Amino acid sequence: MNIWIILVAGLGYLGLLFGIAYWSERRGQMGKSVVNNPYVYALSLAVYCTAWTFYGSVGRACTAGVSFLAIYLGPTLMAPLWYIILRKLIVIARSQHISSIADFISSRYGKSTFLGGLVSLIAIVAIIPYISLQLKAISFSLDILRAGPVLLASGAPWTDTALYVTIILAIFTILFGTRHLNPAERHEGLVAAVAFESIVKLIAFLSVGIFVTWGIYQGPGDLFGQAAAIPELAKLFTMEEAALSPWSWCWLILVSMLAILTLPRQFHVAVIENTDVRHLTKAIWLFPLYMLLINLFVLPIAIGGDMVFSGQGFDGDTFVLKLPLAYGREWLALLVFIGGLSASTSMVIVSTIALSIMASNNLVVPLLLWSPVRNPLGGQDISRYLLLIRRVIIGMILMLAYWYFATIGAGTPLVSIGLISFTGVSQFAPAMLGGLFWREGTRTGALAGLLAGCIVWAFMLPFPSLIEAGRFPAEILTTGLGGISWLNPHAFLGVKGMDPISHAAFWSLLINTGLYVSVSLMTRHDAIGHAQAQLFVNIYRYVSGTRDARSSYGKASMQDIRILLHRFLGRDRADELVTMFFRGKPVQPETLTEAPPELIAYAEKLLGGAVGSASAYLLVSSVVKDTPLSVGEVIDVLSETQQILSYSRALEQQSAELEQASAKLHLANERLREMDRTKDDFIATVTHELRTPITSIRSLVSIMHDNPALPEDKRQEFLGIALRESERISRLINQVLDLEKMESGHARWNMTELDMVALIQTSLEGFQEICTQRGIQLHVTLPARVRPFTGDRDRLIQVMVNLMSNAIKFCHETRGEIHVSLEEAGHQLLIRVQDNGVGIEPEFQPYIFDKFTQFNDYRTGRATGSGLGLSITWRIVRVHKGDIRVSSEPGQGAVFEVRLPLSAGAVQPMATPSYNRVKT
Amino acid sequence: MPDTSPSRVLIVDDEPGIVTAIEFLMQQHGFVTETAYHGADALTKIGPFDPQLVILDVSMPRMDGFEVALEIRKQPHFQDISIVFLTARGTESDKLKGYGSGADRYMTKPFDNHELVRIVQDMLERW
Repeated sequence: MNIWIILVAGLGYLGLLFGIAYWSERRGQMGKSVVNNPYVYALSLAVYCTAWTFYGSVGRACTAGVSFLAIYLGPTLMAPLWYIILRKLIVIARSQHISSIADFISSRYGKSTFLGGLVSLIAIVAIIPYISLQLKAISFSLDILRAGPVLLASGAPWTDTALYVTIILAIFTILFGTRHLNPAERHEGLVAAVAFESIVKLIAFLSVGIFVTWGIYQGPGDLFGQAAAIPELAKLFTMEEAALSPWSWCWLILVSMLAILTLPRQFHVAVIENTDVRHLTKAIWLFPLYMLLINLFVLPIAIGGDMVFSGQGFDGDTFVLKLPLAYGREWLALLVFIGGLSASTSMVIVSTIALSIMASNNLVVPLLLWSPVRNPLGGQDISRYLLLIRRVIIGMILMLAYWYFATIGAGTPLVSIGLISFTGVSQFAPAMLGGLFWREGTRTGALAGLLAGCIVWAFMLPFPSLIEAGRFPAEILTTGLGGISWLNPHAFLGVKGMDPISHAAFWSLLINTGLYVSVSLMTRHDAIGHAQAQLFVNIYRYVSGTRDARSSYGKASMQDIRILLHRFLGRDRADELVTMFFRGKPVQPETLTEAPPELIAYAEKLLGGAVGSASAYLLVSSVVKDTPLSVGEVIDVLSETQQILSYSRALEQQSAELEQASAKLHLANERLREMDRTKDDFIATVTHELRTPITSIRSLVSIMHDNPALPEDKRQEFLGIALRESERISRLINQVLDLEKMESGHARWNMTELDMVALIQTSLEGFQEICTQRGIQLHVTLPARVRPFTGDRDRLIQVMVNLMSNAIKFCHETRGEIHVSLEEAGHQLLIRVQDNGVGIEPEFQPYIFDKFTQFNDYRTGRATGSGLGLSITWRIVRVHKGDIRVSSEPGQGAVFEVRLPLSAGAVQPMATPSYNRVKT
Repeated sequence: MPDTSPSRVLIVDDEPGIVTAIEFLMQQHGFVTETAYHGADALTKIGPFDPQLVILDVSMPRMDGFEVALEIRKQPHFQDISIVFLTARGTESDKLKGYGSGADRYMTKPFDNHELVRIVQDMLERW
């Protein structure tokens, strides 16, 4: 095909992408975001499907049958878990202004600069071969299409297609990702372009599939029918003959499950670029659907290609392009080229941007801040430098990828390079998942696991590929490193029989996780590590507030905070953000000399978006007073590493001593404090509960006092309310006293032998009429007789009355139904009271028997009652050695079950003097 | 240009007794009133009613008064609405939180009728 057509189509397509990005950013600025939509979000996640999917799946299917599916099954299995894992990641990233996975891990483990740098470095090493794979795909598709020279001409580098591809991609990535510095690291345009590319690659691939299945053959029946006649092909589409052992399937699935979370580009689109956490619910099924569609025609194309090119020895990776060309469908081939270009460019651009954010925030900026050269960036506006740094990093990453392609990667098949990267980034998973759900995971643990996992990975995967490329002696693969037989990269400790990927994944993840867990258990958090762990693991508890690990902010001047923001965000942007912060606040920035604590926290978060959370923490610490660092030129102070180190050491020591002291104190006073706190809470709540009715009464009575001529109906209404409210007060006081008596053990219990059937009948008598009035159907199922139960008659009636009052109060408004039943079940009496009302929210159920927990009435959103009834009920049942439980789903009513033990032990002396004795 | 039509006051409290009392007081002093019984209710009513002043309780189910105030302050066209917290929660930290969320005044329950009316009138004078 004419080279100019291909070039115009390719560059034109890139131009179109840029247009889409530009247009969507403009729309976003006008408040009509196209990106804030679950479908775009799900499509952007499909950046997972790269050239590896587009060209490599067919290649893999040609040699290993259905095993190409493993790396799509992993993410499909992971998708439902997104609701637990990804949702939490997004909420944390949003509230903590996380800019990348390196930043996430660094921030979780005490804002550790070192950890962030390490993760960035590993990510770059692991992803560069993967990017080079995309370069390879683009240049080889170009070469096939123009039927030009073989890949990588032997002449000078400037005759190489791939070099030009790399340069063009670098320019585009810089255009997409670094037009301006954005504290949230959001790139609406990028997401829109990636989503569009996902559509294009899907259409292109489906088109070839349809062409092969119905154009070359007469439908799938014909295609598979012909293939089944050829034994070598028939085995490709059966599981028994699949080239993967069950063990390898498991590891490939596991590694791809982890990679969909930890690949920097997936983390970037799924977490950082997420605009609304609710989009997840749709992405959970849309994303697997996308993968299903894009894999639909892999086997037909592989088999079709094998039959068409039988015996010509073509690489399966090329079938997608060669099939249309072989049948003279040049336009289809061009569409395939554009589809492959989409798959590659989206991966390259997003990955490179994600890596450049990591590298600049977690490697370069910390190095500059800690550099021994005083004041490396002078007093200038650093925001411009940050963009420059990003651009340089993007260029470097892509040139490294090109170098890898030109020297090592050219001979390796697409799939295996990808799997090496997958296994590499899955090393982040233990620290990341542990960091999300396990508070005890410490910085040292994460560091140990990550380091060991990566060393093992590097030894078992990239190292052998260097050996195969002839960089190291080949006998290492047979006799082990340095002749030590157990140091064999493909048979570690003599364990043989696994394919290299499963082997490496097994060992690296085992050692990584093992060290992470065991070292974490052996080490302790420092103060900030502890606070961040607490914050991340329990994020939902803090998310509405603005709590941060910095428990108390010292004092800083407005001027210092402003200078800091100017430096890192640019003057205009910084001023705009500060103005936004003060909008609606009673004070204005011009009148302040000292920055309010919220502003300091806000500034740290903004800086976190620009330079990563660890660096931001350091920057802000340097301007906050009451640290030994004198306030001066910010960067100057920061470069005085020694001072910061000694300060933090002193602080650590202090806090360790403090911790010990408070632990002792805590032990000694635990009981006392607990009692005191309960009492304080109780008094505060009672006071609050009393204030409310008193407020109504006072105000209404005062109105009547001031207005003698008040109309009679108003007067009656007000008096009615005042009366009801005063009844509420006396009810509350009675219940408080009742409960207090029971809790202190001063209550008297008149234990007698009781006929529970008769007791329940008596309790229900008063309710018959209320139920009739409210149109509630009351169904009572009582046996003729049960064994006698020893208990306090009045108290047990109180239990029934409380449960019935609740049931009536929360029953269905128009079709109310209440079921009351008693049965003898083994050595227990089981009483059930069931209504069909609004029900109780699950998160509310554990607290329902606590004091002052009030039912939320769905109809009015109001709580009714004192909040003590069920607490008293619980006490009474416990004193009878029984148990009370509730089960309910919102909208389905609630069931209260009371179990009272009939065993001989429950028979109490006639008057049990104290509750405490019963409890023992 | 001074607006001569009566000022509008939105009363938000989950206690009907208190709402009844404040509603009467406000109407008696020539204000137009609207009432809401919880946070979400208040946020739906505030747009159409367009009050000059909101009397806001803190302890309400689901969305408390602080959150309601923050939501109101987020909207640029509600910047000029005066917000008076009227609550049984009277600790220093509650008050700070109240002012932090954008309140203009913070009063504790039980309140004095005359004082409430005076404060509301004072605050509405700037309209």
